[in-house]
Amino acid sequence: MPGILALVPEVLVRAQGLTKRFGSFTAVDGIDFELQAGEAFGFLGPNGAGKSSTMRMLGCVSPPTAGNLTILGGDPVRDGAAIRARLGVVPQEDTLDNELTVRENLLVYGRYFGLGRKLIAERTDQLLDFVQLTERADDMVDPLSGGMKRRLTIARSLINDPEILILDEPTTGLDPQARHVVWDRLFRLKQRGVTLILTTHYMDEAEQLCDRLVVMDHGKIAAEGTPRELIARYSTPEVLELRFAPDEQDAAAEKINDLSPERAEVTADRILIYEADGDKFLERVRAAGLTPLTELVRRSSLEDVFLRLTGRTLID
Amino acid sequence: MAATSVRVAAPGARPKLPGPLELSIRAFRCWLVMYRRTWRASIWSSILGPLFYLGAMGYGLGSLVDKHGTASLGGVPYVVFVAPAVLAAHSMNSGLSNAMFPVFGGIHWNKIYIAARATMLRPVDIYRGHLLFATMRIAMNAACFVVFLGAFGLIKSWWGVFLLPASVLLGVAFAAPIAAWAVTLRTQTPMNYVIRFGSLPLMLFSGTFFPLSQLPAWIRPLAYATPLWHGVALCRALCLGNVTLGAAAIHVGYLVALTAVGLWAGSRTYYRRLYV
Repeated sequence: MPGILALVPEVLVRAQGLTKRFGSFTAVDGIDFELQAGEAFGFLGPNGAGKSSTMRMLGCVSPPTAGNLTILGGDPVRDGAAIRARLGVVPQEDTLDNELTVRENLLVYGRYFGLGRKLIAERTDQLLDFVQLTERADDMVDPLSGGMKRRLTIARSLINDPEILILDEPTTGLDPQARHVVWDRLFRLKQRGVTLILTTHYMDEAEQLCDRLVVMDHGKIAAEGTPRELIARYSTPEVLELRFAPDEQDAAAEKINDLSPERAEVTADRILIYEADGDKFLERVRAAGLTPLTELVRRSSLEDVFLRLTGRTLID
Repeated sequence: MAATSVRVAAPGARPKLPGPLELSIRAFRCWLVMYRRTWRASIWSSILGPLFYLGAMGYGLGSLVDKHGTASLGGVPYVVFVAPAVLAAHSMNSGLSNAMFPVFGGIHWNKIYIAARATMLRPVDIYRGHLLFATMRIAMNAACFVVFLGAFGLIKSWWGVFLLPASVLLGVAFAAPIAAWAVTLRTQTPMNYVIRFGSLPLMLFSGTFFPLSQLPAWIRPLAYATPLWHGVALCRALCLGNVTLGAAAIHVGYLVALTAVGLWAGSRTYYRRLYV
């Protein structure tokens, strides 16, 4: 669209007071967010935070219990099928058909969207190339590795050329190398202008892929912003991690408290000290006569943001 | 974020949704792609099933029965009496087998339903598409059976041309409600109960292997109420040529009603199961 309108962000999804209850259990508790065209938007939170329930509502397969939800200008209950025609969904659990070949999986899926065989064949070649599975095109799905299956699921979700790609925990269960391949492909999609919504409980995934994210806990949104904003708002530039012998940790924590750091968190196996300058504080720790077993000064991450917001770690 | 400073995607951009038939056919085609891998094995069971039944029940047991006179069977040889009924029972079983475990598997095993619900197919399309495929399989099995009946000279009337549609209707009358039920299951155990305490007694006591007049009078109304009895009576009448339109209309009406109830229930149960 030419002119000034092109500069105004287009809202593809708008949720207001979005709520999902299962009986007396409230999985999603009145959340508000907006998704703009072209951005990668993340839901970061531990298992059970309500991320998957939110994704199912966005995928128009779970009617909201309360609140407003508009997706691509439509109502997910009334216009579900028409909206889904424009979505791509990568579910948390693979739903590939193991008894079919890689190519047949894309064929079946493309046919669901009413695409012609020729178009599906063309897109299949492009998509398999994109997810680096061209050599496995005519192999059965079953023996593929977890990473390959996940990439195939991503390819399948793109067969209808979706405007929004919804990914629920896209790299959970993959080994580190396979995760990096998936991240690389998702990053390329983002660069091509595909709008991404993803959930994750990996803070590195959120930092790498998300332009903007919300931190979710117990069905609520605890904070929203870019990864950098969130770190600036809820953490210090640096974190000093100290480990002590288990029987000395409590005493050490008390002594460190006396040094009045900006903030300190004691976890099961270490003490995290939030300071602008970690090294400087480490000198003070040593000057106070403490000798940690190990010490590490690092930059703050979303993990620290999460710890600050919820008092818990992301993966326990 | 001020609402006034943003463009909200225009509702007009929505594509027009194809009709329900088109969407059901899309779901059906998925099963065809799968079936391409397994049709060979299924053809053998379609061929051997009728041969085993007709051989054992019709000719094996029949030779014994016929020695004692067949007046209670309407004066026809046992094989002629039992063959159309076995066709009906066979159709019931193919209706059940295509609507139970594959439906359960669509949720729990190969997750075809879960994959399909993320597309533009609605639960009711997924249901109807699968039912279309079940209908195709029921029809293939029934057609095979009818061909054998014809080849063995067991079809005694021109009414026999309606044997195929009648037995398909019977199979679908079972498949539609059973699929509607199977989709709601969390474990597979109840499906085994349906076979053990449902289809087996139905097959034994619906006038399939012996006329209902052999049963105590008080139990007969129970048999008349079962869908299989209506299918058996319909197929037998078509095969022997003693069709009375009133009775046929009742049989067909009963089976159509059962199918309709199934279709109504399935559109609801699939929705509830797939949209959580």
